[in-house]
Amino acid sequence: MLRLLFSNQLYLGLAQAGMAGLTAMVVVLLARKRGIHLVSETLIAMVRGMVQIVAVGSILVLLLRGPRWAGGFCLAGMMIAAGAISSRRAKGIPGAFRVSAWAIIFGAGSVIALMTWLGVIDMAITSLVPVGSMLIANAMNTNGLALNRFRADVLSHAGEIEAALALGADANGSVAPYVQASFEASLIPAIDSVRSLGIVWIPGLMAGMLLSGARPVYAAIYQFVVLAMIFAASGLTSLVSTLLIRGQVFTSAEQLLLQPGG
Amino acid sequence: MSTHETSDAVIVRCEHLRRVVRVGDEDRVLIEDATFDVRTGEVLAIVGPSGSGKSSLLRLLNRLDEPTSGTVLLEGVDYRQIAPRELRRKVGMVTQRPYLFPGTVELNLRFGPGQRGVEMTQGSVDQVLVEVGLKGYACRAVAKLSGGEAQRVSLARTLANSPLVLLLDEPTAALDEVSKLEIELLIQKIVREQKLTCVLVTHDRAQAARLAQRAMILESGHVVRMGPVTEVLHA
Repeated sequence: MLRLLFSNQLYLGLAQAGMAGLTAMVVVLLARKRGIHLVSETLIAMVRGMVQIVAVGSILVLLLRGPRWAGGFCLAGMMIAAGAISSRRAKGIPGAFRVSAWAIIFGAGSVIALMTWLGVIDMAITSLVPVGSMLIANAMNTNGLALNRFRADVLSHAGEIEAALALGADANGSVAPYVQASFEASLIPAIDSVRSLGIVWIPGLMAGMLLSGARPVYAAIYQFVVLAMIFAASGLTSLVSTLLIRGQVFTSAEQLLLQPGG
Repeated sequence: MSTHETSDAVIVRCEHLRRVVRVGDEDRVLIEDATFDVRTGEVLAIVGPSGSGKSSLLRLLNRLDEPTSGTVLLEGVDYRQIAPRELRRKVGMVTQRPYLFPGTVELNLRFGPGQRGVEMTQGSVDQVLVEVGLKGYACRAVAKLSGGEAQRVSLARTLANSPLVLLLDEPTAALDEVSKLEIELLIQKIVREQKLTCVLVTHDRAQAARLAQRAMILESGHVVRMGPVTEVLHA
């Protein structure tokens, strides 16, 4: 219907974004009726997301004409931003940004570098930046989930952790079960994505490749490649993140910093 | 009042302990200038109403929390000179809720010694269980224990670490009257037989009178009175 109303692609895009955003807001308003208040947070997130993606789209247009190193520069900026965003899931834990940034740089950055070196990711900016950003975005989500779960587990098991410390356990050992649980929980979405590939969903990248004329079988194989890379980047990020964050909830004298109500 | 041999030797000396925490935009004083001794082999009761800082003070003694100023000497040594893990083995703690680790009773008993690479023999495990009246409980799942039994396991778990000083933080507060008296008798027996030094936090003055030789009254983080239990509690 919108296509009949708008012949200009830009206006059509804005109208489509408006409709999709409106649908999301209806869901949020329905949730509000059940006492779940997410209206302002969702509204801000959507406006912010829209502005960001349009800005990135505009920058990409410039980048496509730029030198190759500009792609690496762009990805580095994305990793720092991803670290800042996901670190908010670790409220009250000192050094969460540093931990998140290093985890994403090591997790997503190393997978992007290795895959680019092997030729799995094309070095052209048009390929490196979009594929790299997918890895970084998923690493960010995984990191956020891991930190959120770890924080919640430490808060709800402060008694058990201090009981272990009081018996002479070292700080890392006292939170080991919660580090493991956080790592496992953070990877559930990545595992489910690989598991349901092609059955539950056909990801955007594959759809895009098909629309741009790639052979369907190659598009399908490359989609698997991307998901496998996402899994590797997310897993490595979560592994590094959970290992680094455990030390942040203790003082140098192995006293638990994160306390319920604290 | 509990009567057993105590010494005049000081095992724990607290010097001007102060603990201040940040709550919102303001500093809250939990403990203010607490200076006192704990003598070898005695039971010292810390008594006071809820929120008076009893548990906060106890947590400073095994350095689960850091004093803002002041220090604690354990056998004459500043406890900041002792590795936290070694300090906490020497100054064992039993909390109001037992916080047992998932698994069996035996697994809980082996936890502390295992942290420093000591493997308890089956005989040692059984002996500790006999001491706390839980003979034959080694393979029981902790999830199936009653409140009183769980608290006994918590006590046994701490004793398995062979502490010099035992900190008891309201050990019977979460128990029914029967279990409470059983745990009290158990504490009396263990303290007497093992000649353990014990610091007991309780809001129950009668319990303090039954278990301790000396008592300290804490109010709003301040030590307001300290001395023989009969004198302090009846003053």
